[in-house]
Amino acid sequence: MTMPFYVPPEQLMQDRAEFARKGIAKGRSILAIEYDTGILIVAENPSRALNKIGEVYDKIAFAGVGKYNEFESLRVAGIRHADVKGFNYGREDVNAKGLANAYAQTLGTVFTNQPKPYEIELLIAEVGKEPDDNRLFRIRYDGTLGDERDFCAIGGQEEELTEVLRDRYEAGLSLDAAIAMAIGAFEAVEERTIPSHEWEAAVVDRGNGRRSFRRLSADEIETARSKS
Amino acid sequence: MSLDLPGGFEHDRHESSFTDLLRRAGQMPSWDPAAIDHAGVPEATTVLALKTADGVAMVGDRRATMGNLIAHRRMDKVFPADSHSAVAIAGTAGIAMELVKLFQTELEHYEKLEGNRLSLEGKANYLGALVRNQMPLALQGMAVVPLFCGYDESDGRGRIYTYDVVGGRYEEVEYAATGSGSVHAKAYLRAVFRDDLTREEAAAAAIEAIVAASDEDTATGGPDIQRGIYPIVAIVEESGYHELDEAEVERISREVLERQS
Repeated sequence: MTMPFYVPPEQLMQDRAEFARKGIAKGRSILAIEYDTGILIVAENPSRALNKIGEVYDKIAFAGVGKYNEFESLRVAGIRHADVKGFNYGREDVNAKGLANAYAQTLGTVFTNQPKPYEIELLIAEVGKEPDDNRLFRIRYDGTLGDERDFCAIGGQEEELTEVLRDRYEAGLSLDAAIAMAIGAFEAVEERTIPSHEWEAAVVDRGNGRRSFRRLSADEIETARSKS
Repeated sequence: MSLDLPGGFEHDRHESSFTDLLRRAGQMPSWDPAAIDHAGVPEATTVLALKTADGVAMVGDRRATMGNLIAHRRMDKVFPADSHSAVAIAGTAGIAMELVKLFQTELEHYEKLEGNRLSLEGKANYLGALVRNQMPLALQGMAVVPLFCGYDESDGRGRIYTYDVVGGRYEEVEYAATGSGSVHAKAYLRAVFRDDLTREEAAAAAIEAIVAASDEDTATGGPDIQRGIYPIVAIVEESGYHELDEAEVERISREVLERQS
């Protein structure tokens, strides 16, 4: 019988983290921005069929960067978790904090127990009754959970996007201004112009009724960009 | 708490079904038919649907009975199933309301997972399966008989479906009714139905049908002006599901009652 080589746990975790970070850095970033009546999520996505942003529950949206099959299975798991909870208790008992915690637990377990960590980062946005009740959570590949205010970027260009928005962001933006600002930030970081049909964008807006999630069309994005 | 991750094809044959999810979790609502005395359980009564020029109208009275008692005067029996369809219930109230909640959650769950809504036909078939699951209870006298209608976005018209206690699904061409007063409501609708009714005319005809049913059937509650209780009127058209507000239903109800006196 051969003995396996001893690998110190620090080394093991570091290797795994590096592996996951490399995978995530390959994908394009996603940006969420709060505006006057909700939260906008924008992703550069040329595919018309495979979404990176999705509806989870009445007030909650999901976005994922990295490997599609990995964040897609987490999206489905999140919808199941939310629908079962809302069915057994009440609709208002489903909130982003509980969901973000469940995601953090899952990613943390996968990171330490599975042969390969997930190469993804997730963003959970919840629109509240008042702007102060809005929630933005970011969950990293190792289960690290963080909450953000005003805006939140995930993925490879997270730092650059955050840098740009720190200078430009102001509270109380209109939806059109938020769209223009988000796309402007991406274009500033990438130093190129990206056509309107290559964006995927959605909002959770408190004016939309019970199901606050709505996807934005390329026309709406075009109109918002031309206004600014 | 950790999430249960969905697998590939080998784990699940019904990846998108909320009902299967609840069943696997052992949380499916269930009732023991042998343990319930069905005379002590509220029953929902008359609901009906008719086609209009642009879609469908669905109306339900508000009364629930328990034997010869009035159990509830303000019960809702008409519900949005999703943005473009409506479901109404007759039969054992508690079971029927749980069934509607399950159906609504199922449609939304499917839409979120798949990114598109089920076809109207798909929704109608699914409701049939839910009714079929309740068959052991139905055979014990606790039947749930829903009525389903919606706007078919693929061929641009309204459609109505009725069910029997074993989950049989029937598409109706003009109008349909179910529950204790349905015979009288249908007799009235037969006399007034045209295929070009406006939404206003259809609402008035439906309320008149409820009034006709309440005249003959003690379990059906007509518009109650003294207490301010009026039928629920839902319209489903291309723009989606919406309910007429109470003031408008009151106005139509008063006109109907005046015409009859």
